[in-house]
Amino acid sequence: MRLRQGIVAQSIFFTAAAIVALSTAALLLFTGSRGLAVFGYMNPAEFFLSGSWNQNDENFGVLPLLAGSLLTVGLALLISGPLALGVSIFMVEIAPEPVRRVMRTVVELFAALPSVIYGLLGLTLVVPWVRESFGGGLGKGILAASIVLVFMTQPTIVSIAEDALRALPESLREGALAVGATRWQMIWRVLLPAARPGLITAVVLGTGRAVGETIAVQMVIGNITSRMPKSLLTGATTMPAAIVTQLPEATSPEHRAALIMVAFLLLVITFSLIAAVRAAGSRGKARPTTRRRPSPAAQTAAVKGGD
Amino acid sequence: MDASTPSATTMTVKDTSLFYGGFRAVKDINLHFRPHAVTAIIGSSGCGKSTMLRSLNRINDRVNGFRVEGTISLGDQDVYAPTTDVVDLRRRVGMVFQRPNPFPMSIFDNVAFGLTLYAPPKRADLEMMVETALRASALWGEVKDKLRRPATELSGGQQQRLCIARAIATRPDVLLMDEPCSALDPISTLKVEELIAELKRSYTVVIVTHNMQQAARASDVTVMMNMDEADRAGHVIEVGATDDIFTNPQHPQTEAYVSGRFG
Ligand SMILES: Nc1ncnc2c1ncn2[C@@H]1O[C@H](COP(=O)(O)OP(=O)(O)O)[C@@H](O)[C@H]1O
Ligand SMILES: [Mg+2]
Repeated sequence: MRLRQGIVAQSIFFTAAAIVALSTAALLLFTGSRGLAVFGYMNPAEFFLSGSWNQNDENFGVLPLLAGSLLTVGLALLISGPLALGVSIFMVEIAPEPVRRVMRTVVELFAALPSVIYGLLGLTLVVPWVRESFGGGLGKGILAASIVLVFMTQPTIVSIAEDALRALPESLREGALAVGATRWQMIWRVLLPAARPGLITAVVLGTGRAVGETIAVQMVIGNITSRMPKSLLTGATTMPAAIVTQLPEATSPEHRAALIMVAFLLLVITFSLIAAVRAAGSRGKARPTTRRRPSPAAQTAAVKGGD
Repeated sequence: MDASTPSATTMTVKDTSLFYGGFRAVKDINLHFRPHAVTAIIGSSGCGKSTMLRSLNRINDRVNGFRVEGTISLGDQDVYAPTTDVVDLRRRVGMVFQRPNPFPMSIFDNVAFGLTLYAPPKRADLEMMVETALRASALWGEVKDKLRRPATELSGGQQQRLCIARAIATRPDVLLMDEPCSALDPISTLKVEELIAELKRSYTVVIVTHNMQQAARASDVTVMMNMDEADRAGHVIEVGATDDIFTNPQHPQTEAYVSGRFG
């Protein structure tokens, strides 16, 4: 009976794993082959090096999209990463338990908000603010999109970073304090280095969220593909925003192929980020002191000096 | 250099009770930890030895609801006075924990950690101070060729001696050890014990131990604690020169404990 259950469970897991692996391969194969068809219409140099993406004169240079993505995500992470690390340090090391619980709930709420709500808030709050504070233009652009992404990436980064910090054993904290470290020295010099693999994972997954974000960005970035982004304040686009904006009205085969090629690049970028996370994670596992903090019961036992 | 030379200092505990919330874990303690001597605290599990020790450097401040009544002093400084700088206190009262807790950084950086927190010394001085601490903790010979390797690659016994090096590198006045050998094999234990005997030349050493032979071998003064069955609070049963406690205990509970009949 038990053996049968084992076999059934095993074959379910095996099938599930096979489906995931196959669909991933199919996805890459599909977008890859359909996307690469673009090089039947234009040469790769043109696609990768032209600074204009203009469907009217059938010129598809990916650089404005890539640059838009890079700037938007880079700027967002520049703010979001340190902010989220600060928030998670506050939650784990400083905030009293009730405050931490409230913050945890807020983080979960932020995580559950649909993209379109972020886009709406961006459109009604961020875009007018950018327009009024920095003057000129519509307010739609890379800066507005980055600000929206700062909020969208917080829950991802905060929750993973918080877990990473919380998983550090109490003995590390006591060890640092016992030689006369202040709380900040303990955090900076011991806890953050010890949690580094987890913190890197947090930021990389946040990056993944930002790179792939579509609707919210599309609503506030202005969707200008025809030229390289000129400033943080004028209209631009990102890879996913361009796809979602143009695919429905892409009638020519080369336009479609070009957009699918962009999707393929997006997949490659996302998979690379996941690979980076795995690399950071396995480095973390090699370190015995970054094991999980023991349960409260085990902690009491440790304080008591269990025998 | 003179300012950082340890000045083994007396710690005094007067009419002290220690609480976790409403629970009095330890009561009515009066103790005197002598400089240049090793004081061992023995007693059965749960009688408050760790609580006592962890109140001396205020590391137990981290425990929610922990509270002290009475007076604990380091020299003539009141440890729990509102004006006391806790960080400075901990620099003067070092601690080695039950389980080795090296930081996930290099062997060198572990020992240098406390030295670089304030007014970091010049590189050459730092290297010398690290070497001195590692020699004092009998680890230098084993690690001198791999100071840049992660501390976590060391064996458990080496890690514990590294933690001792880390604690003495800043030359504290008092060194507290909470069952420092309980996670170690017998050979490492012997090494750490020899080390403790060596350390008392410079420090006031207080060690909690479960191991009777260890108390007998390594300490000058022994404090016997036990739990009062009436209110489950730990208290001191007997204090004396270690030889007397082990050969001629005054209190029947001490006698029973040191002869291994309970505990
Ligand atoms: N963090 C804590 N919170 C609440 N009670 C504690 C805590 N640590 C220890 N105690 C209690 O205090 C008493 C003394 O514990 P402890 O000092 O660890 O004893 P020992 O080190 O002698 O084994 C025990 O009853 C224990 O349950
Ligand atoms: Mg204990």
